Order: sequence, then structure tokens, then C-alpha cells
Amino acid sequence: MSRQSVAKAHQKIQELAWEPMYHQPVSHYGTDYTFRKAQKKDPLKQVLRSYFPMQEEKDHRVYGASDGAIRGNMFRQVQERWLEWQKLFLSIIPLPEISAARAMPLLFRNVPNPELHNGQAIQMIDEVRHSTIQQNLKRLYMNNYIDPAGFNSSLRNFQNDYCGTIGRQFAEGFITGDAITAASIYLTIVAETAFTNTLFVAMPAEAAANGDYLLPTVFHSVQSDESRHISNGYATLLMALADEGNHQLLERDLRYAWWNNHRVVDAAIGTFIEYGTKDRRKDRESYAEMWRRWIYDDYYRSYLVPLEKYGLVIPHDLIEESWNQIWNKGYVHEVAQFFATGWLANYWRIDPMTDKDFEWFEHKYPGWYNRYGKWWENYNRLSTPNGHHPIVAEDVDYQYPHRCWTCMVPCLVREDMVMAEVDGQWRTYCHEACRWTDVEAFRPTYQGRNTPNMGQLIGAREWETLYHGWNWADVVQDMGFVRDDGKTMVAQPHLNLDDPKKLWTLDHLRRMPNLQSPNVLLNQMTDEERAKFHADYIRGGPAGRPYRGDS
Amino acid sequence: MTTATERSVPKPVFTDAEAGAKEFPDSNARRFNYFTPQKRKQTHYEDVTVEVQPDPRHYLAQGWLYGFSDGKGGYPLDWTVLKAWGSDRPEPERGPGTGGKGYEWPAHGWHEFRDPNEEWELSLYRYNANVVRQLQANVDAAKQAKAFGQWNPNWVRFVQQNVGAWMHVDHGLGLYLFANANRRGPTNMHNTAIAVNSMHLIRAAQDLALYQLTLSEEVEGFDGSAHLETWNSDPAWQGVRETAERLTATDDWAEAIFAANVVFQPLVGELFRSQLVMQVAPRNGDFVTPTVVGAEEFDFAERDLRYTKAIFELLSNDREFAEHNSRTMNTWLADWTGQTIAAARAMQPLWSQPDSKPVRFEDALDRVKSRFAGIVEELSLDVPKELER
Repeated sequence: MSRQSVAKAHQKIQELAWEPMYHQPVSHYGTDYTFRKAQKKDPLKQVLRSYFPMQEEKDHRVYGASDGAIRGNMFRQVQERWLEWQKLFLSIIPLPEISAARAMPLLFRNVPNPELHNGQAIQMIDEVRHSTIQQNLKRLYMNNYIDPAGFNSSLRNFQNDYCGTIGRQFAEGFITGDAITAASIYLTIVAETAFTNTLFVAMPAEAAANGDYLLPTVFHSVQSDESRHISNGYATLLMALADEGNHQLLERDLRYAWWNNHRVVDAAIGTFIEYGTKDRRKDRESYAEMWRRWIYDDYYRSYLVPLEKYGLVIPHDLIEESWNQIWNKGYVHEVAQFFATGWLANYWRIDPMTDKDFEWFEHKYPGWYNRYGKWWENYNRLSTPNGHHPIVAEDVDYQYPHRCWTCMVPCLVREDMVMAEVDGQWRTYCHEACRWTDVEAFRPTYQGRNTPNMGQLIGAREWETLYHGWNWADVVQDMGFVRDDGKTMVAQPHLNLDDPKKLWTLDHLRRMPNLQSPNVLLNQMTDEERAKFHADYIRGGPAGRPYRGDS
Repeated sequence: MTTATERSVPKPVFTDAEAGAKEFPDSNARRFNYFTPQKRKQTHYEDVTVEVQPDPRHYLAQGWLYGFSDGKGGYPLDWTVLKAWGSDRPEPERGPGTGGKGYEWPAHGWHEFRDPNEEWELSLYRYNANVVRQLQANVDAAKQAKAFGQWNPNWVRFVQQNVGAWMHVDHGLGLYLFANANRRGPTNMHNTAIAVNSMHLIRAAQDLALYQLTLSEEVEGFDGSAHLETWNSDPAWQGVRETAERLTATDDWAEAIFAANVVFQPLVGELFRSQLVMQVAPRNGDFVTPTVVGAEEFDFAERDLRYTKAIFELLSNDREFAEHNSRTMNTWLADWTGQTIAAARAMQPLWSQPDSKPVRFEDALDRVKSRFAGIVEELSLDVPKELER
């Protein structure tokens, strides 16, 4: 189709919409936003006559590359350190993708612009594409990579392991609550426009550096659809901005969505890129450098700031604070340390860091060794069973953290932890912004304004509480993270598969002390004990070091 | 002398991380082990769809994390009144020290549904790309053969008004019924099949719209906007329109899909497409329109109806709720058939409009009634008496 005929075709399909005369379409999803009808244009003018063949051609390239990777023995050159983290990533990502498909109907009745509905329907099927093409990639890894454990059980494991909830917010946040908060601000304006850059561009580059060219093939193909989705979000945002009554809600939602995406995506993708790679060239970009380029410059400065003139209140303070967390407070390193602390509650193997890794970290993040080096040396020392416990039950100068009630990443930057008694329970939050999200934003009134459509934070939000008082072997068995001999664990704190004696089994875990839920213990404290506990907790860190008194 | 500086690029490393390089526990466990396949061996389709949408009744240990303002999260089973076995069991209560386990997979019967079309991204893009390419070729061939010149004025009018009006049905149902319902079903298999159905309809609507655009350019006097007046005010179309609008207004996702694909499409969709346009067009010098309309007919008859029957057959034969489901679906049949038959009968004047009239309306209606009754019987339901109105 020529460009001119695409324009004519797109104009013609606008005749398809009609105003109901007899019955209004069902309205399942509410919003506190108000929209006036406006003729916002779909700038990409997608018509299915050209869309389907375009996607088919993209598929040809992806599946051709998949065949090539197998025939060319790609897995002889793939770094296990990298592929192991894909067991987590490829467990998470198909759910957000399919949730984005499910999110599109939230917009139909709330955004009165049929031209945009066409773009949203195409986004819906794009997301079906993304979800199933990523499941297919995981299937290919399972079939061709040396260790299928964890890939083969990923969609059970992801739903019950100790960090699955972190990733799941990046899906459930799209499909519930206020329709515009969820499907527009959280999904398209922040998740897709900002954070898919690190997910689908920065991370695939790291995959290629680790011998895996299939991840870039699949995810760049996915990313090529994202520009259309970003346009959907932008058009909806401009419509929302046209009504001043929405500005207060936009400010609230941008603060929540920004901060939650930062907490969740930077935790996961930052860890994959920094701790899942074997590429330690000094001139390769660190996650912090990538973040600065893709998110701070490309999204914040180029996309978000220009919207200020339309009345959008930008959360400058939270954006600067996110950078502060990544650059000064070691957010990604703290998260990686937490993932590795609880390696036994995971379903992938985590490679110890080596001297070469230490050197790179020190080069990229000056002061890293003083903070984290000793702990990673302990991790290495304790990685094979030799009469000791897994690192979580050994004294390595690490205080197991409290969960953040809101983002469910633990309160790792100790100094930022805040507490609140909400609905009769003492909750901990990793940062004031997460306390605000729970206590103020996700409520039926906001700053005196009724917000009856705002969603709720629900569920059993601390993994540890489910297993309070359990033996660790029973925990791992309950989750099903055991290999086909019935005792060897799926997770291992090293990559050595040669010697069965170096593989941890359930028997090793039986000797450990029982798991304790920090939140259960917190709620058992007296007010004085709790106040002292908090005062000590925020004086702990970095690297999870407990506060040991002023001496 | 110049010295070449070495480029900084990652170096290939031989890792031998391919399948079979070592033997250890799980080294040969190369299939997804968290679901039971429908047949002996799990299919590629099952591998890429099953369990992507989680369920707190089995594995989702911490439950849904975000809720609507009423506190409900995820995909509540009570978004339809139909029930699959296990639906009435309460969600497992999890709290301090309970562990994370729910019921054994699948926990309830909704997870037993598999789309017989096995739709996922690879299949849906291949199929739809083939359709649009073939349609484009058909229309291009007709243009080159000057085929539109053989149309008589009455047929030109018929196509611009009536074939044009039908695209509104496709568009409305595709977006506001099926795309909407892709958020409502209890499993990923339901919602993926529904999303694909949605794209069939939206594509069919656009196929017809773009066909109209071509006709506006090729046929002198073709009024490309005539379909709007027909859709808005022609009495022959108002029953169809009202039924289509009511379909999009239906709260229960399963009722909406049942009413659309079990009742409306066979009694009105196939009546219009197969029993009118595709029969009458050739006798009026038009061999092109049936290929455009026929593509949509194939979507419905061979794919969308197929998955729909698989959903509802399972429910009408459910081991716990067969009676409840059958009673409910029979109520739906009675409710929707009456209105749909009335809409079909209101279309009768269309059969008189072309110059050549090879089929009688009553014969056409008898054929679709017979087909409809067959579908209803396949679902183990009762043919409603409203069919004879």
C-alpha cells in the first residue's frame, strides 16, 4: 500500500464507528477522570490490510532466526549466568504482555474517541503476539539450553516464589482499579513509554553480549510495536489534560506509576543486566548509564517535561530520587544481593561474582567493593554444601529485610524505611513514596476529593508470612522447586553441574532454623520495641548490614 | 605508521551450554510440567497459552495484588453466571503459616478449555495475512478485468447500501463485544480465542470498508457513504442494529459470546452472507463481493463457531454444573432467538431488491434455522420455540 492509499484507507475506516441508538455498550470499568469528545487522531493510521502482512513478515524474521540459532549451535556460546536469569525474566514477562491486551477494553467506554479504539484494538492483538512469542522463546530455551529446570516449571514457580509479586505488579497494575490510572497512565504513559526502553532495548543488547542473539531478535520485534502503543497513550493523555478537573488525578497517577515502575523494573532489569552478564568490558554501559540515557534523557527530558506546558504536573522530585537511589544508594546492588540471599527460594541458579566482576563494579560504581565485596565473597565461600547452611542462615553481616507493603521489593535502602499502622496492621514501606501510594493514593478519597473508582492493594503481600515458622525444606517442597530426583533443588548458588555433591538438596535445608516472617514479628512487638526496631533498622546498611550500636 | 586500535566488542566464548552436554537431575525434563495436556502430548499451542493468566485457586500463592474499587482482583469467576466444576469452592485462604498451596491443578473446569483452532500469534498472523492478501488479489483482478462494469444499477445500490451496512455489525461486535470480552474470561485460553475472534470481525469490517473505497473509485455513481443512511434509518436494518447494540450491552461475557456466535451469527450473519449476498451476487454479474463476504463467512463457520462450541459444550456437559449451565443457556436461547428471528425477518425486503432473485427469503431462513437447530443440538441444548416465530 502506498502512503497516500494508507491515509485514504484509514480515513475510510473511520466511517465504521456508530453512535448507539437503542442500547449503550456495557460499561464494566469505572474511572474518576472525565473526558470530552475530541477528534484526536491516531497518528500511525494502522489498517489491518497492511498490519497483518507486516506482522507476518516480522514473524518470518523471528522464527527464521530461531531456526538459525538451533542449527548454528548458539547454545554452545551462551553464558549460563545470563540464561539462568532468563528463567525469572521469561516467567514474568508474558503476563504483563497479556495483561496489556486485557487492559485495552478498560479504555473503550471511558475514552470517547472511536479512532483511538481502533488503535487500542490493534494494541490488544499486538500484546497477544508479545505474550505468546515470548512463551515460545522460553520453550525454545527449555528445549535447547543445558539446564531446563526452572524453564520447565516457570509458570507455576513464578506464581509462588519469593519475588514473583515484584514482577506481577507490572501486569496487574494494568488491568484493575481506575481504568485510566491502570490502562493509560500506568501502562502506556509510564511502563511502555519509559521502561520498555530498558526492558526491550537495553536488556537484549546485554543478551547479545552473552552469546544469546535470540532474545534481541524476539524483543526488538516486540519493541517495534511499542511506538504505536506509545501513540495510543499520548493521544489519551492529551485528551485527559484538556479537562482541568483531571489534573489532580494525573499528578497522583504519574507519581504512583513512576515510582512503582522504578521500584519494580529497575529492581529486576537492573539485576539482570548488572549481575547476569559476563561482559565486563570497562567501556560497556552500566545499568545506571543506560538508565540515564534511556529513561532520564529520552523519556523524562524529551517526552515528559514538554508536557508541563499543557498542565501536567511532573514528579521531578521522584525522578531525581530514582536516580539518587540507583546512583548513590545502590538500589540495584541491594536488590541483586537480596535475590542472591534467598537463592534457595528461587528457581534458577545464581552465579557467584568473581574478581573480574568486582573490578568492573568498582570501576562503574566507585565504592562498590567496600559496600558489597565482602558479602559476595561470603556468597562464593558458601556456594557449595560443606557443613554450613545457605547464606541466608549464616552470619554474613546481613539483616534479612522487611517487605515493602506497596511495591513488595523489600526495604533494602535501610535509611528510607517507613512504617504505618493501616487497617489494624503495622506495615513497612521501602520509601515514603510507597507509604503514600498505599495510605493516600489507593483510597476512595484523595486530598478531600471522592475517588470511588480507585483500586485497592490486596492479596497476601508478604511471601515470608505464608511460611512463617516453616522449615526451609518444607518451604521449597511446598513451592515445588525440586528436580526430578525428588531432592535436588532447582535453585543453586553456583553454576557447577558436574559434581552431584556440589548440588544442594532438601536434606541440606532440613538443618536450617525455621523461616520467620519479619512482618509477623513486627506486629508482635510492643510499641516501644517497634519504635526501637525502626530506629535501628534505618541506621543499618548499606549492603544489609545490621546496625550494631554506636560503637 | 598508524596503529589499529582494537574495537571494544564482546568476545565469543565456548560455553558448551547446550542441551545434552551433561547429565544431572532434570537434565532431560524438557516439557512444561505445570499443566495436564488435553491429549496425550502437549501441543505447541498449549505451551504458549496455558497458565500465562494465573489463578489463585491453584498456584497463585499470594493471590491477586491489585483490586478494583470493590476489592475484586484478576478474573472473577462470577463475571458469568455459568459455572465449571469447582467454581463454587472458595478461594484458598492464605495467611500466616498457611503455606502457598491451593487446589491441585486445574482446580476447576474452566482450565480444561482448549481452542480447537489452536490460535496463538503465529497462527493468527499467518491466517489473517493470507486472507487480506487473497482479498486484495481478488479485488485487483476484478479491477483489471473491468468486472465491476457488469453490475446493474440495482446491484450497485444493493452493495453500497446493504453490504455496506453489514460492516457496522462487524465493527461494533468486534470492538465492543469481543475485544471487550477478552478482559472477562477466566483463563488465557478463553481470552486469547476471544481476542482472535475480535480481530476477525474488525478485519472483516475493514475489508468491507476498503472494498467500498475501491468501488467508489471504480464504479461510476457508487455512493460510498450510502451505507450510513441504511444503517441509521433503513427499517430493514433496524432489527439487526438493535440486536447488535444489545449484544454489546450484555454484562455477562459468556452470554454475550453465546448470543453472538450461537444465535445471532447463524440466524442473521449467515442468513445475510451465505443465504443472500453469496447466492445473489453471481446472478447479478458480481463474482467479487462473495469472495470478500465469503472470507468473513469462513472466519465464523470454520473458526469462531468452532471455538465457541468447544467452550459451551464443555459447560453443558460439565460434571458438576451441567444442569445449571444448560438451564441458563436454554434461557439465553429463548431470550435471544426471539429478538434475532425478528431481526432476520425484518431483513426480508432485501431479498426483493436485486434484479435477479435466485433464492426466496423463506427458503433462506429455513436453511439457517435448520443449521441453528443443529448447532443447538450439538451443544446438548433445546431448540427454542421462539425459532418458529
